[in-house]
Formats: sequence, C-alpha cells, structure tokens
Amino acid sequence: MLSFTFWDILSNLLLAARWTVLLSLIAFVCGGVVGLLVLLARVSRSAVLRKLSGYYIEAFQGTPLLMQLFLIFFGLPLVGIEVTAWLAAVLALTLFTSAFLAEIWRGCVEAVPRGQWEASESLGMTYFEQMRHVVLPQALRISIPPTVGFSVQVIKGTALTSIIGFVEVTRAGTMITNATFQPFLVYGLVALIYFVLCFPLSFYAKRLERRLHVAR
Amino acid sequence: MAYSFDFSAVFDYSDVLLQGILMTVQLTAVGTVFGVGLGIVGAAVMTSRSRILRVIVSAYVELIRNTPFLVQLFFIFFGLPALGFRLSAWEAASLAMVINLGAYSTEIIRAGIEATPKGQIEAGLSLGMNRVQVFRHIIISPAMQRIWPALSSQIVIVMLGSAVCSQIAAEELTYAANFIQSRNFRAFESYFVTTILYLALAIALRFVLKMVGNHMFKRRSHA
Repeated sequence: MLSFTFWDILSNLLLAARWTVLLSLIAFVCGGVVGLLVLLARVSRSAVLRKLSGYYIEAFQGTPLLMQLFLIFFGLPLVGIEVTAWLAAVLALTLFTSAFLAEIWRGCVEAVPRGQWEASESLGMTYFEQMRHVVLPQALRISIPPTVGFSVQVIKGTALTSIIGFVEVTRAGTMITNATFQPFLVYGLVALIYFVLCFPLSFYAKRLERRLHVAR
Repeated sequence: MAYSFDFSAVFDYSDVLLQGILMTVQLTAVGTVFGVGLGIVGAAVMTSRSRILRVIVSAYVELIRNTPFLVQLFFIFFGLPALGFRLSAWEAASLAMVINLGAYSTEIIRAGIEATPKGQIEAGLSLGMNRVQVFRHIIISPAMQRIWPALSSQIVIVMLGSAVCSQIAAEELTYAANFIQSRNFRAFESYFVTTILYLALAIALRFVLKMVGNHMFKRRSHA
C-alpha cells in the first residue's frame, strides 16, 4: 500500500495552491475591470444605468457565491456554451468580485466632498473630465485599504470552486484526505495555507487604513 | 436543439424547499444568537487589561477571518473526530456558524466599544458602578447601537455563506436544491429557484434585523 509522508501531503497541497493563487489573481483583476464599469454606471447621471447597476450589485450581494457558481456551471451549457470548471470559476468569481468592488468604490466616490464636484463643474469641466481629474483620483486614495481588504474575500471565495470540481487547494485537501485518512492534518494544513495567503493582505489593509485616518 | 425550461419540475418539490428554508433560518438563528454572544464576550476580552487573553482572542479572530468558511466546516466535521470530538452534520454546521460569526462580530463590536467616550466610563465609575455594571449599562448598549448596521450586514453574509453547509450534508436550502436536481435532472431550474429564495431570505433578514435594531435601541434613539 502506498504511504504518504508529511512532505508528500504538503507538497501536493502547495502545488494545488498555485491554482488558488492564479484564480484569485485573475478574478481580482478581471473583477476590478468589470467593477470599474459597474461603478461608472452606478454613479452616472442616467437614472436607468444607476438603477440597473444597483440591481446587478444586489443580485450578487444578496445571493450565495455557491449559487452563482452553480448557475453559471449548469446554466451556460443550456445555451450551448461548453464550460469547464475552470472557466465557470473564473466567470463567477469575476462577476462576484465586480459587484462587491463597485459597491465599495461607490462609497469612496460618494465620500468625495460635494464642493469638489461643484468647483470642477464651475471650471467648465465635462462629467468625464470631472471624474478623470477631480473625483476618481481622490476616491482612489481612500479606496485602497478596503480594496486590499476585499482581496481576502476573493481568495477565500475560490475555496467554493472546489465544489464544482475545480482542483485548487481545498479540493486537493479533500482528495488527499480520501487517500490518507488524515483529515485533521490535511485540513489543518489547508487552513494554514489560506491563512498564509490572506493574513498579510488583511494586516496590510488594516495598516493602510490606520495610516489614512492619521493623514486626514 | 433548444433547451426548454421547466420550473414546475422544481415546484413539485416545494415541500423539500420549504424544509430547506426552515433549516437555513434555524441555522442562521443559532449562528446569530450564539455568534453575537460570543462576539460580545470576545470584544469585552479584547478591550480588557489581560494581555494573554487579548492575544488568544485576536489569534482566534485572525485565524477565522483569514480562512474560508468551507475549510473551517471541513476541519470541524472531518478533522475533529480524529481527536475524539464527533459531531453530526447539523451540530458541525451550527458550531461552524457560531465560531465564524463570533470572530467577525468580535472585531465589529470591539470597534464599537473603542468609540465609547472615556468620560462616560469615568462618570459611571464615579457614580459607584463596578466594572461589570459600567460594561453592561454604559459601554455595550451604545456600542451595539453604533455597530448594528455593520453587524446586520455580517449576519446576512453568514446566512448566505451557510449554503456551503450542504457539503457536509447538513440539510439546509442548498442541500434541498442538490436533492431536487438529483431527482428531476433540472439543475439550472433548481438552483435558479433556490437563488431567488436566498435573495428573498436576504432581503427579509435585513428587514427583520432593522426592526430588531429599532426595537432594541428605541429608548436611546434620540440620545
């Protein structure tokens, strides 16, 4: 019978953790891009766009990420699009991330004082010039700590993709447990890997936030 | 070949869905009551003078906040029996909910406590209140009022997160959806209906928490 040493278990988990990291990065970057578009709709002058983007955000914030994954994984094949677990995972996490980032950033845009809008408008700037030169640069500064903080939620969210069969670190943990019958050790290590990935980010987010409060 | 949607195949199992909703509500209720209770204790410790206790509680908070709920659930359900601590799916799911919300609410309530003006605490002590009385009457109530919106959002997040409890066969709403789609092979329809139900639950829960907040903090609302 095959036997697994501690190092076999750990190295296999770490190999799978590459996929957790890659998936988190792609979801965060793509989610950021889509989120920016949703944000622009959310703070636009068109009431229809504001309303639609509001529904979009509510749909993703008010339902479980697991359901979003299932709907994409089982729904897209029905309209003739073949999806792998990897593609469904990327797509679901991107949409999920975009909704949360748009909502976080909306708060940051609204935190820019009203007078800044009025001042730039009185300088004859168009809406896009106001956004580009006055509002977004200021919103960007205060948005960094909560955005870094949210990246932790994205990393933790990737664990759910194990349920639709994507082999990242949680899935690898389940597979290794089934082979080694050492759930305490294996899931302990899985948790530790997530902690090592997430803790520096949440620590950094907290420090950034503190520094921002001191600066103001 | 176009796919024809058939939602009636899901509603044939509406009793299963209803049972799932009840279980999700129950899981959320247990998680909320004990989780927030744990959070109050945790926050009290975090703002106490004992350095060792503070270190222990912040280790707990950081450990939970920086690992996925699914992994916490697997660790409790599959890992703990190795130490002779065997739990049913239902008990493991409830325990995971309490531990998870406990960590987040410790952090949220601590922020509320730290916003208490020092003068109020000194005023309470000078009126001859002991430290427990000061905590109960002067610190915790206004702190809870301050952080109630943040805590409410977290409770909704935890309710939605409970969907993964289906993975250890705790029979909540997602488990019901899995069961239904395994019977009628209508995966998309089953999960779509379930998603709408979760959305409705989230909206209802937000409303209930707002009402609870209004009721609890009624007397102090104009203070």
